[in-house]
Amino acid sequence: MAGTPRKDEISGVETTGHKWDDIEELNNPLPRWWLWVFYASVLWAVVYWIAMPAWPGISDYTKGMLGYSQRNVVQNELAAVKASRAEWDQQILNSSLEEIVKDDTLNQYALAAGKAAFGDNCTGCHGSGAQGGKGYPNLNDDHWLWGGSLEEIHTSIAYGIRSTHEDTRVNDMSAFLRDEILEKAEISDVAEYVMSLSGTATDAQAASRGEELFVDNCVACHSEGGLGNRDLGAPNLADSLWLYGGDKATIIQSIAYGRKGVMPTWEARLDPVTIKALSIYVHALGGGE
Amino acid sequence: MSTKLEDIVRDATIEVDAVNKKENRSLYKKREPIFPKRATGQFRRLKWLIMILTLSIYYLVPFIRWDRGPGAPDQAVLIDFPGNRFYFFFIELWPQEVYYITGILIVAALLLFFFTSLFGRVWCGYSCPQTVWTDLFIAVERWVEGDRNARIKLHRAPWSLEKIGKYSLKHTIWLLIGVATGGAWVFYFADAPTLFVELFTLQADMMAYSFVALLTFTTYTLGGLAREQVCIYMCPWPRIQGAMMDEDSLQVTYKLDRGEPRGRAKKAHDDENFGDCIDCKQCVVVCPMGIDIRDGSQLECINCALCIDACDGIMDKMGTPRGLIAYDTDANLARRIAGKAEQFTLLRMRTVLYALAIVFVCAVMGYVLMTRSSLDLNVLRDRNPIFVKLSDGSIRNGYTVKILNKERSVRQFAVSVDGLPVETLKINDIADTSTAPIVEVKPDSLRSVHLFISVNETNLASASEPVNITVTDTENGNSVTYDSVFIGPEKRP
Repeated sequence: MAGTPRKDEISGVETTGHKWDDIEELNNPLPRWWLWVFYASVLWAVVYWIAMPAWPGISDYTKGMLGYSQRNVVQNELAAVKASRAEWDQQILNSSLEEIVKDDTLNQYALAAGKAAFGDNCTGCHGSGAQGGKGYPNLNDDHWLWGGSLEEIHTSIAYGIRSTHEDTRVNDMSAFLRDEILEKAEISDVAEYVMSLSGTATDAQAASRGEELFVDNCVACHSEGGLGNRDLGAPNLADSLWLYGGDKATIIQSIAYGRKGVMPTWEARLDPVTIKALSIYVHALGGGE
Repeated sequence: MSTKLEDIVRDATIEVDAVNKKENRSLYKKREPIFPKRATGQFRRLKWLIMILTLSIYYLVPFIRWDRGPGAPDQAVLIDFPGNRFYFFFIELWPQEVYYITGILIVAALLLFFFTSLFGRVWCGYSCPQTVWTDLFIAVERWVEGDRNARIKLHRAPWSLEKIGKYSLKHTIWLLIGVATGGAWVFYFADAPTLFVELFTLQADMMAYSFVALLTFTTYTLGGLAREQVCIYMCPWPRIQGAMMDEDSLQVTYKLDRGEPRGRAKKAHDDENFGDCIDCKQCVVVCPMGIDIRDGSQLECINCALCIDACDGIMDKMGTPRGLIAYDTDANLARRIAGKAEQFTLLRMRTVLYALAIVFVCAVMGYVLMTRSSLDLNVLRDRNPIFVKLSDGSIRNGYTVKILNKERSVRQFAVSVDGLPVETLKINDIADTSTAPIVEVKPDSLRSVHLFISVNETNLASASEPVNITVTDTENGNSVTYDSVFIGPEKRP
């Protein structure tokens, strides 16, 4: 490959001596502009080492004369963002939920903030589109266990459900089999009756037997005809939406062992502005109430 | 007269050398400065005229006012980045209509091809900014330092107070022109009179100053220092345009059939051995590109036609007809050598095709522009969740409906849906629950609303049904329809 440089007859230029497959390289000078850019780059590198963080050490690194740090830049940017939001946050804090929704700009701000907060805090259970799942309510539909007004949603988020907060929303769906209130067969009958409320029952006789048991044991919370009671968070059993599932086995499971879904209180974790924004965002998802 | 001519000829033999002549320019050779002599004549006059015209357009257009009503900018040509609008007299474009710019660029390119195929490098010679500004910079240089011979003398003279003074003055004026160029540029992006005051009172945006500085630098470097090197080394156009030209394209040509053999003759045809070219090299001394046009058509030649003016002046003095150097075609050169008559063919396949392409693109653009709606609609179907089942068993889909009101007045739009047996129609935050709720959109803005459509599941024929969402201006009935789909659960067989 490497050889001795020689003068090329055709161009009259010296070769580099490099030869690949009989192709030789002429030792032409570098373009001047390229050379100067190269020298400038070398100089720039030296200046950069002095000015900016450059060399790693054992436990530290050279800081550079300008004291630049990407971590500081991020912190400053975050502080700047926070400062730019302060005015809006103050307005959100000082306004009622109703007022915020009526003010177009504030509403847009709250929706955007709520969306981000929802993604950070709520999607783990409720899903990224708030579509919920088994045991976790879908927040897009029109069924609200504890009420779908702005205030009611706000209360649910702030205090939680069966949470550690002293004002938490709480109810107690008995475990009718485990606590030996009803027999297995009776529970099956009640399940048939519950299904009949939304027109999905298969055994009319069992359903009619179950009706009596329902009146004795369930109406207190779920109301007559299973229409539910928002004050107690008792779901409407006559509509077509089911939090845990509307098939017979799941309904029997719910009656036999009860259901005690938990939502934590967010008051302790999120600031009031974020909770307000979340309420507005959740309210807007499916149109709220 | 003749003595003066002799002077010219004597001067020429001493000083003249076409520095960018191929033989004179080996690889890696340092740039030789060019000192173009002042030319006078019809093409020089035309070039002054075009320079005044193009520079006036560039510097003055931002100051033209155009009334668009209250709240809207009154600048005729404005690229409003913060407001996301482009204003051009009666046209007002939104960012999504940027394809109009593409159309304009296509037409501009086609026009360039068209004129190049007809008249050669007229763009390079007369209207290219590089040519115009270089011409201006050379004029300044000539005004400060004198004409060609004085400039060469000054260039070769050792440094003196006079030389430093003249050079400083020249570079100062160049820089001022650069500042003015950069200054005018930023006026296209903000309200010109306001920015004008701000620039001088140091209250303008840092961005504005940066761009002024940047364009000052480029104008000064490209127009003052780099000059012909931009055309020879940097510009791709001289390389491309060969494809547009043919033997019938006009180019600045030295008619060698008439001029050769070149040589001294004091009067026309007093020596049968010589052609009309007296080798006075006036075509070389006026050339801003530093070439000799008599070497034939060259990449370096920008067809500025100054050599035509120079040669015509000499021909007048000689008493020979003008046009030894003239706009001519290669085909004519060949015809004359073959003893045939000259013939200019403007109507050729390529010129006709370019013209047709221009007419076609302009017609399409014009049609699209004239039929452009002042109302636009975009619909984004919610994808997460795909659909929502409601407590009464019906299926609901959500849509983000974006209505663009491109007029400068508040407009009311009725939102309606067809193609589906709709159970309920609701727009979030709007109380109107009729079948065609009204949405009010502010002037010159976009409003995004969330539309819920719910349909009884039994009325859905399949898991995905087409649905048309229409917004109608309640005042003039203008409407736009967006075709979307309504998705429900999979149908079990």
